[in-house]
Amino acid sequence: MEEKVFVLTHKALFEEGLALESGRFIQPLEIAYETYGELNPDKTNAILICHALSGSANAAFWHRDARKPGWWDVYIGPGKAIDTDKFFVVCSNVIGGCYGSSGPTTINPATGKPYGLEFPVVTINDMVNAQVKLMDYLGIDKWLCVVGGSMGGMQVLSWAFHHPDRVRAAIPIATTMQHTAQQIAFNAVGRQAIMRDPNWNQGNYYGSTPPYQGLAVARMIGHITYLSDEAMNIKFARRLREKEKYGYDFSIDFEIESYLDYQGDSFVRRFDANSYLYLTKAIDYFDLSSEIGPEQMEKVEAEFLLISFSSDWLYPPSQVEEIAKLLESYNKDVSYCCVKSDYGHDSFLIYNKQQERLIKGFLEHLMSEVEK
Amino acid sequence: MTPLVRRRDYQLIEEIVNEGARVLDLGCGEGDLLLSLKRYKKVKGYGIESNEDKVAACVEKGLAVHHGDLESMIGVYPDNTFDYVILSRTIQEIRNPKKVLNEMVRIGRQAIVSFPNFAHWKIRFQLMFEGVAPKNPALPYEWYDSPNSHYLTIKDFYRFCKANRIEVLRAEFFSGYSKISFWPNLFGEEALFLIKRR
Repeated sequence: MEEKVFVLTHKALFEEGLALESGRFIQPLEIAYETYGELNPDKTNAILICHALSGSANAAFWHRDARKPGWWDVYIGPGKAIDTDKFFVVCSNVIGGCYGSSGPTTINPATGKPYGLEFPVVTINDMVNAQVKLMDYLGIDKWLCVVGGSMGGMQVLSWAFHHPDRVRAAIPIATTMQHTAQQIAFNAVGRQAIMRDPNWNQGNYYGSTPPYQGLAVARMIGHITYLSDEAMNIKFARRLREKEKYGYDFSIDFEIESYLDYQGDSFVRRFDANSYLYLTKAIDYFDLSSEIGPEQMEKVEAEFLLISFSSDWLYPPSQVEEIAKLLESYNKDVSYCCVKSDYGHDSFLIYNKQQERLIKGFLEHLMSEVEK
Repeated sequence: MTPLVRRRDYQLIEEIVNEGARVLDLGCGEGDLLLSLKRYKKVKGYGIESNEDKVAACVEKGLAVHHGDLESMIGVYPDNTFDYVILSRTIQEIRNPKKVLNEMVRIGRQAIVSFPNFAHWKIRFQLMFEGVAPKNPALPYEWYDSPNSHYLTIKDFYRFCKANRIEVLRAEFFSGYSKISFWPNLFGEEALFLIKRR
């Protein structure tokens, strides 16, 4: 049994704020972040981890009161794929989120109350621009690598394409360059579930009952897209929940119903409904392919390792492979691997030997090149 | 450093490939050839490989590799993207060799193809006198578990090139490490061709 190592989330405050793509500002800007390992004297071993929709700055190790370690603890730690004995690992909460960085739950200094919908809409590029400020604050000139899956993968792409001189390598996982109609549709239904909950009240629910029902339904829809048919058959099949036969009523019959119910209910205790709106909107706006012309493509310097999962239908292998092909057509240094897994989009979050081997191998090679 | 795998066809390819060239290795396996080309010829190398574990092995060696089916990938590249496109001991396994060879000389200024010669005397002997599907070090499989779906000879390859307007720039024949110059279609276990579009 691994011994629990406890970590803290730090805060960095930027009084000057952040200009957003929409033309609006976040001022002041606050960023919650964690770091693991030591920055080497040459500052060449820094790795940025970008989290997905429901993640936080706590990517690895334990918080005092937590029941689980950080969301990517299986890949980050001493001797793990992202080895904290070798690398200086940084993970920050995205802006618009609800785990410490500026977002709708932050107190608006003008009113003394949470921003709610007064908070400006943010994009993936805005999230990355906030991380650039954190990077400067930490005194890092160039990331050895930026790593992330899903929404985190979009940030990785934004880094590599919009800040080419500050990224040595990139590992986008289970992601896309452009959110498609189907992907937007799932997010839209999630947002509708929240906004049609009477408790949502145009986002002004702080101090009263939040739109738990809507947020729970949004999360349930999300969870369906994170799993796969195979994964559901392995985990639940048609098994009944604490029953021998059908109830012939509308209470929970099936294990899968109970699972979704549990996922929905546990999510509302840890996530803010408005944040869910902001982050899904940022994802839906993501369309790197419309922002990038041949000129920017030429400037991309990073080496890439792109990973997809065979059973991921939310961000299918073909979309990840398309990014690889685009980069290859510009003679970039690219590796692409579709990892066989039955666990759908969630595969990138759970322990997978092949993903571990790919990330570890890629990073170790990178570090050996840097040390040359 | 990862130790390098020595193979006669690899040695010949290293000899042929220019310093600093852009190279695509189709069916690059665990990347042994690309690694030595990168190390000794400073090439900018890419691989395509369909086996996930082999792709991971390439990544561990610091090689750029694309996990996928070479036959569907090869059409993606524009003309003359590479200085050399290599197909080493793989032609016998692919579904449509004609299409792949023609694509190779399109996307590469030159192409290198190596394959086991099915007209080697031992193979002829096994078929004629033993009456069994032939096996040798270059074709080590039983008929039922062989990945090979096309068997070709040195003569077949020359004929193919002629019919498809492909020019043979260099041809090498060998058995193990020995060069074969006399009656290669009978005595050469393997062949290596450097070709280009006419």
